[in-house]
Amino acid sequence: MPPTVPTDPLAAAAADAGMSRRSFLRTSAVLATGLAAVAASLKPLFEMEDITSAEQFMQKYYKELTPEDMKKVLARVEREVEKQYGIRPHVRDLKPMDGVEFAYALNLSRCIGCRKCVHACVAENNQSRNPEIQYIRVLKMPHGTFDVEKGDHYYATEKVPEKGFFYMPIQCQQCHNPPCVKVCPVHATWQETDGITVIDYDWCIGCRYCEAACPYWARRFNFTKPSIPADRINPNMSYLGNRPRRQGVMEKCHFCVQRTRDGRYPACLEVCPTGSRKFGNILDPESEISQILRTKRVFMQLKEDVGTNPRFFYYFDV
Amino acid sequence: MITAARNYLVFLRRCARIAFVGDWRYYTWMGVLTVVALFGLNAYAKQFAHGLIVTGMSDEVSWGVYIANFTFLVGVAAAAVMMVIPVYIYDNEELHDLVIFGELLAVAAIIMCLMFVTVDLGRPDRFWHLIPGIGQFNFPASMLSWDVIVLNGYLLLNVHICGYLLYSRYRGVKPGKWFYIPFVFVAIFWAVSIHTVTAFLYVGLGGRPFWNSSIVGPRFLASAFTAGPALIILALQVIRRVTHYHITDKALLTLRAIVQVSMLINVFLLVNEVFKEFYSGNLHVISSRYLFLGLHGHHALVPWIWSAITLNLIAMVILVLPLSRSLKYLNVACVLSIVGIWIEKGMGLVIPGFIPTPLGAVVEYTPSLNETLVCFGIWAFGLLCYTIFLRMSVPILQGRLAKANEGISEPGPDDVVEDTPAPSHS
Repeated sequence: MPPTVPTDPLAAAAADAGMSRRSFLRTSAVLATGLAAVAASLKPLFEMEDITSAEQFMQKYYKELTPEDMKKVLARVEREVEKQYGIRPHVRDLKPMDGVEFAYALNLSRCIGCRKCVHACVAENNQSRNPEIQYIRVLKMPHGTFDVEKGDHYYATEKVPEKGFFYMPIQCQQCHNPPCVKVCPVHATWQETDGITVIDYDWCIGCRYCEAACPYWARRFNFTKPSIPADRINPNMSYLGNRPRRQGVMEKCHFCVQRTRDGRYPACLEVCPTGSRKFGNILDPESEISQILRTKRVFMQLKEDVGTNPRFFYYFDV
Repeated sequence: MITAARNYLVFLRRCARIAFVGDWRYYTWMGVLTVVALFGLNAYAKQFAHGLIVTGMSDEVSWGVYIANFTFLVGVAAAAVMMVIPVYIYDNEELHDLVIFGELLAVAAIIMCLMFVTVDLGRPDRFWHLIPGIGQFNFPASMLSWDVIVLNGYLLLNVHICGYLLYSRYRGVKPGKWFYIPFVFVAIFWAVSIHTVTAFLYVGLGGRPFWNSSIVGPRFLASAFTAGPALIILALQVIRRVTHYHITDKALLTLRAIVQVSMLINVFLLVNEVFKEFYSGNLHVISSRYLFLGLHGHHALVPWIWSAITLNLIAMVILVLPLSRSLKYLNVACVLSIVGIWIEKGMGLVIPGFIPTPLGAVVEYTPSLNETLVCFGIWAFGLLCYTIFLRMSVPILQGRLAKANEGISEPGPDDVVEDTPAPSHS
């Protein structure tokens, strides 16, 4: 059917004027209702605890910060931590040292699966306690296999070690070819000259592509605002390390940069009661780690077949 | 120059006005969509305030229905080319005037895609970190940065093609070939690229054997070219019914041929994948085992994947038989393939890639209510956009909304729907 076009221009104009007055009222009513409905829908935003300040929003990318900028940013982080937890932290931006490349070795013959490393790590690195974020996962493995799918993640026996099992702690492997760095769309994670893959928590957009890419399940996401009891805050902080994170960003093991770039051992190593954990500079031929990698007959990297070439080695007392 | 700008503004204003005018069915449809979209917005506001903890996702299954819907909709957007190719390469007359509906669907689908990625971000306030120039764009290393480029590029291409053709028709002038034909051909390749790049997003992850397989890309395209045109077949019939826009059965049957062949290829590729995974007995088969058979007493996805396969097989049989030349059966087949492929892309591709984790833990995933509301909200908003696009473009294509009748008549509700029932075409 052809469209009905008014033939009389005068009648059409009159109809048009009437229409527009009515439609104006109608449009206004619709718009007002619409705006009210949108405002009502957005109400949950008032429940937000952690609102992004203008300073946080405008925060520049780590590698673009001048030393001057960095000073201001560190002061801001200190202020924020103090406001939130009532503790004045000491936040530094520790840079990698020249002539240092870190590596880690873990003695599978000695590890007894006590998980002390897991908890020391949480305490050292200011991880959220509720929900609890852990960087180290210890697998209880039956003898005779290296297939992680046969491992038990949730063992809760009264005593460890159990006969017939060995224990394999897994954390960020600090790969030479880290898939997480390759996939990050905004360069929020990268490998530093000392081999540590770090995250700029103020730059991460929280897409979790790195979490999907990691073959070691080493990355963790802050699904909500981290909660840490104020008396548990570790005030010795570093920008790329253990300063408190915000909701919606990634984090992971960074070999305790706040300690290791300051000449100390990672927390997981220090707490280990069996001496299974070894850490050091592989560029120094005299270091313990270099000697282990030189003298142990068998040592291995986890999932060698994925081509990530980890700086984390597992070895045996043979 | 000023007159041209003024004319264009008048055009936009008239288009905007017509979007608010329709009969009671139009208002009901738009009202329902608006309400659902607002529920989605409300659910998203909750997520924005409290974080992604309100979803069913976890560190074990770190992507869920948001990314699943995103993946499916990239396919729908890419499928617009399956109408463009017959028209511009094979000069198919029947589909000629319908291409624009496919392209508008692509625009709506891309809008939904961008929304699904945005709601998946942990820190949406930092989206500007992705903008080349002011942010840090990891191009070309990150496949996600490729996706940002191809999706936004595809959106611009289609907005340009549709906008230009519609505005030309509105002014009653013949569209200048050089202003759109080159873009149409670019868009054909671009459409293939959006789905290929989205497949590479998964394929590129060496630590996830379930995705790290070269068949994922071809399967994405085959399933997209099934579900997309199937959706267009349904959309065209709705358009024909409510607007009386001239759409022939022959055009629908041309699309049927596309759905038919794509579905056959899709099922063939599935058979290839299942054979490779299960016959070799390789340890990497573990995710597939979880998906198809269940693992260590966990079978959340098993009913999903078998219903998807059943739906796809029934659809394939209907499509192959001459039966589906009748629109009634064709519609059934289209609905079955859309649902089947949605499940296959979501529950069947994205989720099992995470189960078990690279360390062997089996943690299952079920979308939360809040997450589901956000999804429904985005779908409602997308349909709202598509309906508005159609509400504007149909009168333009019919010549009822044109520069010639500026100020004389706005196509109102009365001439949208005539009292006579739509002629039956089946």
